[in-house]
Amino acid sequence: MTRYLINRLFQAVPTVILVSILVFLMLHMIPGDPAQVYVGEREATEERLNEIRELMGLNRPLPVQYLDYMFKAVQGDLGRSLNNNRPVLDEILTRLPSTLELTLAALLIASVLGIGLGLLAAIKHNTLVDSASMFVALLGISMPVYWSSLLLIILLSVTLRWLPPIGQGSFDRLIMPALALGFLSSGALARLVRSSMLDVLGQEYINTARAKGLPGRTIILRHALRNTLIPVVTILGMMFGQLLGGAVITETIFARLGIGRLYVEAILNKDFTMVQGTTLFIAIAYVFINILIDVIYIYIDPRIRYD
Amino acid sequence: MTSQPIALETAARRGWRYSLRRFSRRLLRSRNVLIGTTLLATILLLVTFGPMLSPYNPELMTPAERLKPPSAQYFFGTDDFGRDIFTRVLYGGRVSLLVGLVSVAISCTIGTLLGLLAGYFGGWVDALIMRGMDVILAFPGILLALAIVAVLGRSLPNVMIAVGISSIPLFTRIVRGSTLTVKQLDYITAARALGCSDGRIIWWHVLPNVVTPIIVIATNSIAGTIITGAALSFLGLGAQPPTPEWGLMLAEGRVYLRNAAWVTTYPGLAIVITVMTINLLGDGLRDVLDPRLKLD
Repeated sequence: MTRYLINRLFQAVPTVILVSILVFLMLHMIPGDPAQVYVGEREATEERLNEIRELMGLNRPLPVQYLDYMFKAVQGDLGRSLNNNRPVLDEILTRLPSTLELTLAALLIASVLGIGLGLLAAIKHNTLVDSASMFVALLGISMPVYWSSLLLIILLSVTLRWLPPIGQGSFDRLIMPALALGFLSSGALARLVRSSMLDVLGQEYINTARAKGLPGRTIILRHALRNTLIPVVTILGMMFGQLLGGAVITETIFARLGIGRLYVEAILNKDFTMVQGTTLFIAIAYVFINILIDVIYIYIDPRIRYD
Repeated sequence: MTSQPIALETAARRGWRYSLRRFSRRLLRSRNVLIGTTLLATILLLVTFGPMLSPYNPELMTPAERLKPPSAQYFFGTDDFGRDIFTRVLYGGRVSLLVGLVSVAISCTIGTLLGLLAGYFGGWVDALIMRGMDVILAFPGILLALAIVAVLGRSLPNVMIAVGISSIPLFTRIVRGSTLTVKQLDYITAARALGCSDGRIIWWHVLPNVVTPIIVIATNSIAGTIITGAALSFLGLGAQPPTPEWGLMLAEGRVYLRNAAWVTTYPGLAIVITVMTINLLGDGLRDVLDPRLKLD
């Protein structure tokens, strides 16, 4: 296990390096002069631009600039915001808890909803319940999170007046964004759980359990469920990615101060150091999340051995 | 000597034609395909000819008609600039379908090509291409598309490019996998023994055998790219006002949730119905064309 983990981490090194090069080059791929990008929309004389080039080290060869950027990055210095001059990493870390809270709550909702629907559909295979569950799953896959969020606001805030429409910091303000985001991921999960359960139910050991005369409930809960849920772990990474991406939208709609909103605002304000830093942070975090999920997968399925 | 590769090639051509005929026969038997195709055809007809029948200009502002609820005059009501929402939804459909088609054309072409090369040649070509895919996959969800738009600037064509690039790995991975399997088959060895060039083998003998998963993924990813494309416009990074675009219309209507919900209801419904239709068609195609991927 440890060897697998080390191996996996080692494999991730080229990806992380390539990602960092790409993110570093972002600033230089923007059409126009990087110094002008730093200045933004403001007017600047040629002398002022030269000064900035000197100050930011933009005169040096690109590889030197890259190494300098990375050397600072590993020490936690991702530069300062072009907008308010605050350190980029501080800003990200301040906003991180809000996004984590939202993503984990959504993951919980997606799991309960997705696994529930999938199991229901598989147990009642080829009945109306099955069709209805799969229709809800299709709806989940086809529903953009920006519309489900608006529908939830109309229903729960405007019509029923149960929940405050926007904001963060309390449990009642977490419910709607988490529901909208969770529903988004539940569709794919429900389909996977259903097919996986049908697969498991067709296996010999389930027949044995039936032949022994075990009640259906015991067969499903004690024998089938565990093996059904193993493939779910494989799409956890995808779901997490979807939720992080979806957080960009839900945070914007529900006015939550998370990383997603920070990112969109940075793009809209042309705050490129912030865009760079956030992209790097999220991409590298996501690479590690995926490694973690691979490790969990081996841990829960003893049939797989990677060493 | 020369006649044999030619014979093989006609066989391959016949292969293309034969598989198409077989597919179309099976397609007609799938309920999902039938419903999906019918609905999609209706949507296509509506967005193609609908705008011509509407008396309203989708971008012309008439302040006197501001925020009128749905009525016989305005089927879906009017927005805060007095524009007919029904007309704008129809025009928006053109934009969204175009975004879906162009993005998938980009990702499908590049992704398939890379997948074929990686699977067929293996070795360092494979390693290089798949490393590139790892990099793209390191950006979760719509983050890569956002980053690309940040670099290229906000506009609809840039959204298509951004969304297209971020879904390349979907195609590359599947095509590479299928190519690896097909490559092992005897008739590929036979073609090689007869002196076929790599290019000819890939085009005439490998591609026809990996085309079914490509069709399935392409269909489903059109649905996905419509959602992502509209998401970028919703965030203000894609289509710019006054363009009638579904995502942008939702963003503009957000302010009026309390007293004019119709402004957001109809563009939202339009997205869900369109995306569901395409997903339904994709599911049907998968069941018919690629039984291994079937859900039950």
